[in-house]
Amino acid sequence: MDIYIFGQQLVNGLVLGSTYGLIAVGYTMVYGIIGMINFAHGEIYMISAYLTAIFLALLAGFGLHSVPVVLLLVLLCTLFLTALYGWSVERIAYRPLRHSNRLAPLISAIGISLILQNYIRISQGARNQGVPPVLEGVWRIPAQAVEQQFVQITYQQSLIVITALASMALLTWVIHHTALGRACRATQQDRVMANLLGVDTDRIISVVFVMGAAMAAVAGMLVTLNYGSFDFYIGFLMGIKAFTAAVLGGIGSLPGAMLGGVVLGLAESFFAGFVNSDYKDVFAFSLLILFLIFRPSGFLGVPEVEKV
Amino acid sequence: MNESLPITAVADDPLLAVKEISAGYGAIEALHGLSLQVNRGEIVALIGANGAGKSSLLMTICANPPARRGEIRYLGQEITRLATHQIARLGIAHVPEGRRVFAGMTVEENLAMGLMALANQPVLSAAEQPGVVEDLERVYHLFPRLRERARQRAGTLSGGEQQMLAIGRALMSRPRLLLLDEPSLGLAPQIMGRIFATLRAIVEEGTTIFLVEQNANQALQLADRAYVLVNGCITLSGPGQELLTSPEIRKAYLGGH
Repeated sequence: MDIYIFGQQLVNGLVLGSTYGLIAVGYTMVYGIIGMINFAHGEIYMISAYLTAIFLALLAGFGLHSVPVVLLLVLLCTLFLTALYGWSVERIAYRPLRHSNRLAPLISAIGISLILQNYIRISQGARNQGVPPVLEGVWRIPAQAVEQQFVQITYQQSLIVITALASMALLTWVIHHTALGRACRATQQDRVMANLLGVDTDRIISVVFVMGAAMAAVAGMLVTLNYGSFDFYIGFLMGIKAFTAAVLGGIGSLPGAMLGGVVLGLAESFFAGFVNSDYKDVFAFSLLILFLIFRPSGFLGVPEVEKV
Repeated sequence: MNESLPITAVADDPLLAVKEISAGYGAIEALHGLSLQVNRGEIVALIGANGAGKSSLLMTICANPPARRGEIRYLGQEITRLATHQIARLGIAHVPEGRRVFAGMTVEENLAMGLMALANQPVLSAAEQPGVVEDLERVYHLFPRLRERARQRAGTLSGGEQQMLAIGRALMSRPRLLLLDEPSLGLAPQIMGRIFATLRAIVEEGTTIFLVEQNANQALQLADRAYVLVNGCITLSGPGQELLTSPEIRKAYLGGH
């Protein structure tokens, strides 16, 4: 086995896995708190890609060219607006169905997903869109390499991994060490009891959608900067991939979603590098099927216990 | 106190007045025009058989589900239409059936959940409320076992310890009114005795208790006043000691002759 190909796939896998993990967090948190799969989550990611492009163009129009400042401003603006989309989706499509049967919000999720896709297709056009590279440059290991004998890490890729790690660390800290996080965990474990204790559980559910959307926005911005191109349909594949990551890690588990993302990213990269890159999606979804059959609780999930 | 609803209590308003409420789940109506009253500083017991509607009454007081007819007044203010979390923030703490401690959280975190009812913005600032440390000490003083287990997950506690934790969590919200649903359920007699003794101590510190029990003997010995609930209606009421010696009650609930 070629050590350089191995190293390169490791890097690619980690980069891919970090973005899966960021998006998977949104699936797993929403599932944990209201027990439904938010199938519109992929579209939230897609919208954040458009917002990134819009804000990049705006800032360039204002004549801002300092890379760190541009990245930070784009991140903040994209984060805020994407979170607003996440919040609205919950208010419009899910909250009115809170007390109906389990199938209703699922259908509503597919509906809102189609609405968002088509809203973007009509308002922004169906064409592939692009953004110019913002952060250029690569590291090569070893630095004095000849032929194909090196592993390449772009600045962009390192930005993805570092930002993903930082966002996840921040989210984990909020969930475990703040009163807000404690209220989220309590609502997840027993919504009725949390409500009896004075927690406005509807507000906590909104907060969870906002946090999930914010994490998807981070992913959307990073991936857009990295690949440079996107269209109104990218949310679909990315959405199911991240959902797969959430299931692999154990749906409902926050560290599980992050772990599942990295594992799926690595698995896909190595499969593409060493077996066949055309079948990498088939491989990823085969993993999903195998996990659903043999280990539905994933790596870190707890098997569902009937509440008495 | 807290929350936007101003409590302008007149001294002779009862702490809790339930007037002719009907409530239930879906097509099933569990309470039929039920009325009762709890005064400040009392321990009031509600006894009745399994399925009589005892838990439904406590849940309806907390608006989960809300009453379909009738009204509930707390310190003279109508609370029938408030949301569950708003009622909790007025100083009504509920220790529900089955304790419902957060099994995945530590004992300390469970107790901190009691703070959620305290502030106007409970999810952000409750921990900074003055006096929280003293409240925690008070709970640990009432239930020393909780101090020993402070860092343990609540799911690993015994049934009795979970009951203590559920009561301690409720006390952390500095309630004026403590609603207790079957605190004796599934507990060994000596642990039950200890918890009931603690309830007396809690009332002496200024919290009023409304207790729902199947274990009529224990409840009636403890209570100042009691109501008997049969099929969603109050059939009998009076001082605890009086009901304890009433032939009807002895026959129906105390296994007496």
